[in-house]
Amino acid sequence: MYYLVAFVLYLFWLLLSGHFTTLLLGLGGLSVLMVVWFLRRMDRVDGEVSFMRPSFGLLHFVGWLTWAVAKANIDVVRRIWDPKLPISPNWTRLDTQIATPLKKTLYANSITLTPGTLTTNAREDHLMVHCLTKENAEELRGGEMERRIRKLVL
Amino acid sequence: MSFLLDALSGLCLLTGGFLCVSGGVGLLRLPDFFSRVHAASVTETLGTPLILAGLALQMGPTLDTVKLLIVAAFVLATNPTATHAMVKAALHDGQEPLVGEPTQESTPGKQEAEPSDS
Repeated sequence: MYYLVAFVLYLFWLLLSGHFTTLLLGLGGLSVLMVVWFLRRMDRVDGEVSFMRPSFGLLHFVGWLTWAVAKANIDVVRRIWDPKLPISPNWTRLDTQIATPLKKTLYANSITLTPGTLTTNAREDHLMVHCLTKENAEELRGGEMERRIRKLVL
Repeated sequence: MSFLLDALSGLCLLTGGFLCVSGGVGLLRLPDFFSRVHAASVTETLGTPLILAGLALQMGPTLDTVKLLIVAAFVLATNPTATHAMVKAALHDGQEPLVGEPTQESTPGKQEAEPSDS
């Protein structure tokens, strides 16, 4: 496992550096070794990390999320520049049927990533969400994002 | 072709810059901590990626473009984490989100720079 991590790290280092002189390659190798040593001491590379396998469905969701984030951005910017500042902040409970930790993490983070909505707490069966406007809250309750995440096979 | 790329890149840079400024204006205009976080996320989720995209278009298909993409991915991945940390800290500190429509009901001590519409 540590060999794999070291290999991937070194490839990443090569990608970032783009230099191929002996001195720099050696320094890069040295830093990779140090990182792996730290990781070993911290015992973080264990079997409990859950990975999201890249899939077509996930890609589709990311595409949809990007579009939703762009729309939400335009809405928030419009409200910021509006002289009347038409906001109605609210802090509500958002019930969810998403049960697996990975999907719930994805859901909460997607909400936070979207401007105008923000997850403050995640509990067993609900999230606490702060919204900039009532419309944001209603859109979340509409549950399109939740449906899309529940459909995902991770 | 080169002109088209330049125009597209300029458009991205301008829009990204405008969004970053908007985020700053939002920080000043919005009434409380929690709504200001929303303004900050405008800068991070669309402003920064657009600026990076504009720069990537200038670079063309080089190693630097790959680095820019990595930077964009990193910014987008850390935004929820940082936001969550800030909000959690504020809640722990006992800050309560301001609820309602600050333009209509006067919330004591929280009003700022509002053009009076009554």
